Amino acid sequence: MIVTIELTTRRVLANHLDHPKSLSEHEADFGPINRLSITIDVLRDSGITGRGGAAFPTAKKVEFLLQQRRATRYVVVNAMEGEPAAHKDRMLLATNPHLVLDGAMVLANLLNADSVIVCIAREHVKTITQVKAAIAQRGSKRLQGPSFEVQSPPGRYVAGEESALVHWLNSNETLPQYRPTRPSILQIGRGGVLLDNAETHANIGLIARHGAEWFRSVGTTTRPGTTVTSVTGNGKALVVEVPYGTPIRSILSSAGINYEPRALLLGGFGGTWLDGKHLDVGFDDDSLRPFGAGTGAGVIMALPHESCGVAECARIVDYMAKESARQCGPCAFGLPAMAEDLKALVSGRNATQSLSRLESRSDVIEGRGACRHPDGVIRFVRTALNVFAEDFNHHAAGQPCQFAQSARVSYIPHQSDVKDLEWE
Amino acid sequence: MRRNVTFRIVVDPIRCDGFGHCAELAPELVTLDEWGYPILQAEAFPQSDRELRRSAQLAVRGCPRQALTVQKIIAAQS
Repeated sequence: MIVTIELTTRRVLANHLDHPKSLSEHEADFGPINRLSITIDVLRDSGITGRGGAAFPTAKKVEFLLQQRRATRYVVVNAMEGEPAAHKDRMLLATNPHLVLDGAMVLANLLNADSVIVCIAREHVKTITQVKAAIAQRGSKRLQGPSFEVQSPPGRYVAGEESALVHWLNSNETLPQYRPTRPSILQIGRGGVLLDNAETHANIGLIARHGAEWFRSVGTTTRPGTTVTSVTGNGKALVVEVPYGTPIRSILSSAGINYEPRALLLGGFGGTWLDGKHLDVGFDDDSLRPFGAGTGAGVIMALPHESCGVAECARIVDYMAKESARQCGPCAFGLPAMAEDLKALVSGRNATQSLSRLESRSDVIEGRGACRHPDGVIRFVRTALNVFAEDFNHHAAGQPCQFAQSARVSYIPHQSDVKDLEWE
Repeated sequence: MRRNVTFRIVVDPIRCDGFGHCAELAPELVTLDEWGYPILQAEAFPQSDRELRRSAQLAVRGCPRQALTVQKIIAAQS
């Protein structure tokens, strides 16, 4: 169950949570949609960065696409949300779907794109229905602009990776692609693709109305605006909207988490661990960089003292290893090997070599996948070895902590269709 | 101004199935990890090194999955 609670800065999240805003409610709250537009200058001045994890400047993507001569262009809204600790895209589309569609519409008009494709994992049936209803409401307005459609690929972890998503739209396979040249061009057929996270689109829907200066009025200079953050703790998952740079302590307290956490998982399962003593650090990439952490897709998981960091890592890495697309050897074989070592460490049996093996394998695997999936896991493991160093040493010495067998903080989805890797 | 030409080999990790022929054909450029997948030398070598270039070519041609390519890097040198 996901609940949000009142906060001072609420831009893209709606005030009510029980139903998606209808088009008339949306226009009453935000103003009419028929004259909305955005220029590349406004987009650049706003300094908006992508909300999906990589924090790439959206204006640069658009400029890059505008420089290319292409007969057709597509705008893709990425609401796949394969990250199990994140709930923000679903929350946005379940309350303010038209704001996301507004952002996609103005970007499509800027790029002269004919169609907008909203991608939602097929497991999220309710969200698909809600977005389809919102698109139908817009259809009756006879707006100038792009056509909208919903696509629903299977919701695996890597399915939301941009090349995997575009590959799905082309070939019905959610497999990440090898892209040796950067910047790489995403293509549907021969058409250029602008792909952004749903939250990015929602923010652009607001920038089109209020301008760049308004957008920059909250947040930090390098990361302006707000972040819709999924907070896990206390056995609950909550979504809160806060300006970038808000101290983590106040994000936690506004999410109703009042305990001092042992550690924080930031950014998601491919993210970074941060020691619980750094609660007063601002939640933005520049403030977190000295600690080797980052905001990622806007996820905070607060691990209480009465839990075992090693066991949590083992569960998460096991999940991530099974979510590998198994295209690249280092990821397909390396991640399960790391998961095995972590499992051995949790029980503390036969784990004497495991710690050094985790470190050496991290160096071997890093950077050798076609996508960033293995690199995310390596980052996760490295920061865990750092933050839980003492715990890891105790476990390796055969003295697991008392919580090792009872750890259940992170929510791991059931993986029903995962088979063991077989040689072809 | 002289042009400084170097090369390295790169692998398409999706194509690669870990046959390991590259490590046999170009041991100076490729080592294998514990699962048999190639770890390539990250540094670039001068194009003038004919022996290395020959090894790289053998590895590229010998790959049953055609996963390897030689990447030429041309950098202006003042």
